[in-house]
Amino acid sequence: MYTTDLSGKDKKKSEPTPLKQEDPKLLAAFEARVANDEFIEPKDWMPEAYRRTLVRQISQHAHSEIVGMLPEGNWITRAPSLRRKAILLAKVQDEGGHGLYLYAAAETLGTSRAEMIEALHSGKAKYSTIFNYPTLTWADIGAIGWLVDGAAIMNQVPLQRTSFGPYARAMVRVCKEESFHQRQGYEIMMALAGGSREQKRMAQDALARWWWPSLMMFGPPDDKSPNTEQSIRWRIKRETNDELRQKFVDVSVPQAEAIGLSIPDKKLKWNEARGHYDYGEIDWEEFYAVVRGEGSVAKERMQARVKAWEDGAWVRDAALVHAAKRTAAKIAAE
Amino acid sequence: MAKLPPLAQYALRLGDDALILGQRLSEWCGHAPALEIDLSLANIALDLVGQATHFLGLAGEIEAKGRDADALAFKRDVLDFSNCLLVEQPNGDFARTIARQFLFSHFQELQFGALTGSTDPRLAAIAAKAVKEVAYHARLASDWVARLGDGTDESRARMIAGLDWMWRFVDELFVLDAIETKLASQGIAVDKPALRAAWDARIDGVLAEATLSRPAPHRPVLGGREGHHSEHLGHLLSEMQFLQRAYPGATW
Repeated sequence: MYTTDLSGKDKKKSEPTPLKQEDPKLLAAFEARVANDEFIEPKDWMPEAYRRTLVRQISQHAHSEIVGMLPEGNWITRAPSLRRKAILLAKVQDEGGHGLYLYAAAETLGTSRAEMIEALHSGKAKYSTIFNYPTLTWADIGAIGWLVDGAAIMNQVPLQRTSFGPYARAMVRVCKEESFHQRQGYEIMMALAGGSREQKRMAQDALARWWWPSLMMFGPPDDKSPNTEQSIRWRIKRETNDELRQKFVDVSVPQAEAIGLSIPDKKLKWNEARGHYDYGEIDWEEFYAVVRGEGSVAKERMQARVKAWEDGAWVRDAALVHAAKRTAAKIAAE
Repeated sequence: MAKLPPLAQYALRLGDDALILGQRLSEWCGHAPALEIDLSLANIALDLVGQATHFLGLAGEIEAKGRDADALAFKRDVLDFSNCLLVEQPNGDFARTIARQFLFSHFQELQFGALTGSTDPRLAAIAAKAVKEVAYHARLASDWVARLGDGTDESRARMIAGLDWMWRFVDELFVLDAIETKLASQGIAVDKPALRAAWDARIDGVLAEATLSRPAPHRPVLGGREGHHSEHLGHLLSEMQFLQRAYPGATW
């Protein structure tokens, strides 16, 4: 997914935004290109705020892919069949691949991968709140594929037309793979929902735990999402958080019904006049707490990432030193 | 477990090697030293799980008692697993993981290369597909042995320690017991001792490039093919087989 704009509530903590005066002529030309649905490429002129918003959003997205490998990776070694194991391995590998090309897309804006990873580890950069929830049973793997990747697709399909070229192109491939992920997740849920009493319980419990966090993935409500308006004007975003969230609810409710699972929301009801499902109040306090790093397994997630990075430092160093030795030997031989 | 027909036993050994190493490698997922390495290790694990599915499926088919690849993977205990000891060794640090992969993938590439000529067309077909995959595994592992061996002082020390740790399990790869001797004489199984010289040459070549020398000889540690494993396999199985054991008869 994982493009929730999490910057809104954190304004106080972030660095003060320098009020750079952009050249009005360049700015007007840029705005016109964007309004005309043209792609902006890395070497094109762009306003500083546009660049900064994109680095934040794309790196946040990349971090989410990488951190997102952990909750699902938690079940690869326990997958219940060889087929499920292979699919899950491939899926988690895809997430890593998404991370890789998103970091590459963000690097075209002048920020290195090492800088972005440093920002993640220091807590300065955010990642999707959804990965700060634990995967307790095998059904969680189904629920993540179905709901989390389902929400991701909702968020990302419009991003295939986002104004920054490298991001948009990365999204085309990401969306294809996410749609496979979503189907495999739903298939796991179908198997469980049609299985034994214990399996049904697992499935229902997973839905109950993942439903609300999935709705939170679309970010704060529109009236509390300060960046939405400008992001939409710059075609970084194409639809608002609430519009996307509604779409997700509308699609997911019949899917749950089809396999006999119930969504944990007493206020959920089809609204004929609106042509949409009405749904209950989201616990935004929980959302902001998780954004602040107070999700139940947030500490474990960051610990795992930092550990992998620190434990791997000697490997990355060795690769660099070895490459330098090779280059030196090659030059000496010439 | 009742004694399997020799051909089923052979397919089982090939499948168990791939399954157990695939399981080990998948433990790295999300925790590797760099994103690119994470993807490579997952890729190798994925290939191995695929090979295991084919070989175990074939073993079940030959046995003809209704056991499929999943039944064989998830419902046998230690004594009935017939993988070599090398593949079940814990990952350790990245150098140890690479040492295990390096020693095994070169063996596997030679073995599958020979198996493509098996008189059993099913084994030959699986080997033909798998040999391309393991050639890549061997290359990747060799590249890392060279990088780590001829990298920093620390990486060199770790690579030496990794190879040293795994070396005692090498000889088992080339043992031909009575079952395989008979199958090999029929042109079905691979004559593994015959692969040793080629394997030695490959290993020595990469070690030279890595500016490393062979670990000191060690009395061979054997037993995997007969179900006599290291202490590690039981733990690996208890994790891998958890759901199948906790919910007998469930479909996933």
